[in-house]
Amino acid sequence: MVEWRDEGILLSARKHGETSAIIEMFTPAQGRHVGVVRGGTSRKIAPILQPGAQLDVVWRARLESHLGSFTVEPVRSRAAQVLESRLSLSGLNAVTALLSFCLPEREAHAALYRRTEALLDLLDQQALWPLAYLQWELKLLEEMGYALDLDTCAVTGARDGLLYVSPKSGRAVSQAGAGEWADRLLPLPPVLRGEGDADDAEIAQAFQTTGYFLETHLAQDLGDKPLPSARARYVALFSRGR
Amino acid sequence: MRFESNRLSSTRDIDALIEMMAKLPGLGPRSARRAVLHLIRKRALLLTPLADLMQTVAATARECLNCGNVGTSDVCDICTSEKRANGELCVVEDVADLWAMERSGVFKGRYHVLGGTLSALDAIGPQELRIPRLIDRVASEGITEVILALNATIDGQTTAHYIADQLDGQVQLTSLAQGVPIGGELDYLDDGTITAAMRARKQI
Repeated sequence: MVEWRDEGILLSARKHGETSAIIEMFTPAQGRHVGVVRGGTSRKIAPILQPGAQLDVVWRARLESHLGSFTVEPVRSRAAQVLESRLSLSGLNAVTALLSFCLPEREAHAALYRRTEALLDLLDQQALWPLAYLQWELKLLEEMGYALDLDTCAVTGARDGLLYVSPKSGRAVSQAGAGEWADRLLPLPPVLRGEGDADDAEIAQAFQTTGYFLETHLAQDLGDKPLPSARARYVALFSRGR
Repeated sequence: MRFESNRLSSTRDIDALIEMMAKLPGLGPRSARRAVLHLIRKRALLLTPLADLMQTVAATARECLNCGNVGTSDVCDICTSEKRANGELCVVEDVADLWAMERSGVFKGRYHVLGGTLSALDAIGPQELRIPRLIDRVASEGITEVILALNATIDGQTTAHYIADQLDGQVQLTSLAQGVPIGGELDYLDDGTITAAMRARKQI
């Protein structure tokens, strides 16, 4: 019998048969891990199994390769924090859908987990959340092997006047380095480098750049699947104004 | 041996019935056997009328073309009743939710059954649900208030917010309150429900 215990974030839950549910957890030591919760559709357990919930889980299986079953204990629910706010709700959906989409199964991403937990705990602070979410997307790209290098110009090596990002290499490009190619490059608002006022317009522009890498690089390399629509919905709601 | 095979062939239909019954929600092979045995013992009282009714319902049951409720005509009784045309439209996820609302008898308007909730994971978008039809109904039926009676789950409320976006400015939009259920004890409530109840507290 294989067994482990960990605390993690519930990414998704779907009904399995009449009384069980198959859940997808993201934990620091086990990464994205799937298993069955017996009685997961019951009145007692179903309310606990909401995406974004922090759960203490024990996973058991006869063999490591088996689907296995979870027993779950709630640590804290995040649903009540977000149900009334469409922006928070769509933000939570974007995070859980992207993790479910990107993360390989059973591969630990402890740093990304810590960032995700901190991000979800900020959900009721909408003044801070969009910027935190942007930084989380950068971290997600980094963890998945598509880190953006925004410190120096890929052409001239300059550290100042960086205005663009190369859609191919993900490296920063200065005005001088861009030359006549400027219109083919992605915008590099200061907020992407952790500078400037980080106003909503700038954050929305930064989402275009991270979105490009998520869609064109990450999603394509994952078998050319479309990026979950939850992210586009969050970005559209945010861009429309809080 | 011969007796055995005769016995098997003579119970083939009953076994098939048990197998079908076992596929019903709440029943397994064991409870299906008990139910079938009970039906056979009460043949005149239960089995024959049940079989007749099942045949009738199989021939007549259909989804209401207007609201998605299940009935035996193309447009259900609620949609055809003039009394229910009071300008209120209650949006529910499933027919079971509509029936639950009707049991309470508290709502006197009409319904709209979505047939599910939006789900990015299961690739269920607005076109897979009856959301375009809902938008048409709001425009064509003189609706003054849309009550979003969707489940208090992440998927349910995501769908509610999506519909609210689509109908924004066209009609009054309301949703069900969230909080302590009747007969509920605070000690047994989850922290999410207590948080929602505290946020929606009212003056007494």
